[in-house]
Amino acid sequence: MRKYLIGSIFLIIIYSCQSSQEIEYAKYMSNGKDIYIANCQNCHGEKGEGLGELAPPLTDTTFLKTNKNDLACIIKNGVNKEMIINGKKYDGKMPGFNFADIDIAQLMVYITNSFGNKQGMYTYAQVAKDLNSCKP
Amino acid sequence: MSTLKYFAIIIVFISFAGCNNDKKLPIYGQREAKITKDGIDTVYQTIPAFAFLNQDSVMITQNVFKDKIYIADFFFTSCSTICPVMHRNLKTVFDEYKENPDVMFLSHTIDFKYDKPSVLKKYAQKLGVDGKKWQFVWGSKEAIYTIAEKSYLTVVEEDSTARDGYIHQGWLVLIDKEKKMRGAYDGTKTEQVEQLKKDVAILLKEYKK
Repeated sequence: MRKYLIGSIFLIIIYSCQSSQEIEYAKYMSNGKDIYIANCQNCHGEKGEGLGELAPPLTDTTFLKTNKNDLACIIKNGVNKEMIINGKKYDGKMPGFNFADIDIAQLMVYITNSFGNKQGMYTYAQVAKDLNSCKP
Repeated sequence: MSTLKYFAIIIVFISFAGCNNDKKLPIYGQREAKITKDGIDTVYQTIPAFAFLNQDSVMITQNVFKDKIYIADFFFTSCSTICPVMHRNLKTVFDEYKENPDVMFLSHTIDFKYDKPSVLKKYAQKLGVDGKKWQFVWGSKEAIYTIAEKSYLTVVEEDSTARDGYIHQGWLVLIDKEKKMRGAYDGTKTEQVEQLKKDVAILLKEYKK
């Protein structure tokens, strides 16, 4: 009987831990979505489809995965160099957005888990780390 | 009895059809009364003659829009706020009337410093609409800003405190074949752009005799 009790308490702890992580993730997703709609959607589109050859889509899951450590720098400082996305060339200029680390983290969680992407959680501590190593 | 019923149905149909045919768009802008031989006539505000350089560095005038209805707007290529949305939406109108030679598009840049024809050309190509149907034009600050405010009733301004250096309104302005203003739609709102699509059809019907 006692064994069962301990076992079930253990299970409850694990379960609540998981769900607090899930709540955190859901919070990031929903805040990130608000930031996306207010700042990014005009160029990158409601479904991340981009705009002609003016703004690249956010549906290139490989690009977003392999360049994940650069994404924070791109959002913060903008970008003014050629990029190949989904096999197409884009050379337009993207302005920088001077967001707080937590906003960048939430935005990145939204983008990298929408439009066909599924990369999971990304913390603001990681943002600070990535921003320290921005390429010039 | 049954003939009467048919008759009633036909009348209802006719009156509905009548309603549809009668639908006309309003005419915007200032108007004045003018006395003519036949009585009093209303004179409506029209778009005055202009000459701007287009994306192919060709000087274009109203001759390009002769016997066309067109949709005009004001933007600039480095605008990262409302312009991408406006042109994303306007492109759906463009696509819908792609095959209709009576519908044209005219986008004026308000960035007279940077948006020279070659820049406009690149922009048009990247948006995927490079051709005669959608004209992108450059003009002097005075010419563009005057026609924007006086004729298309759209506010444009240089403002160093604004995010990209300019502030402007995102109106898509519908102009008829007589150069009269027949509608203005917020290009950042999809439901207003849907209305524009419907209104273009209504306006085209006015010319179908």
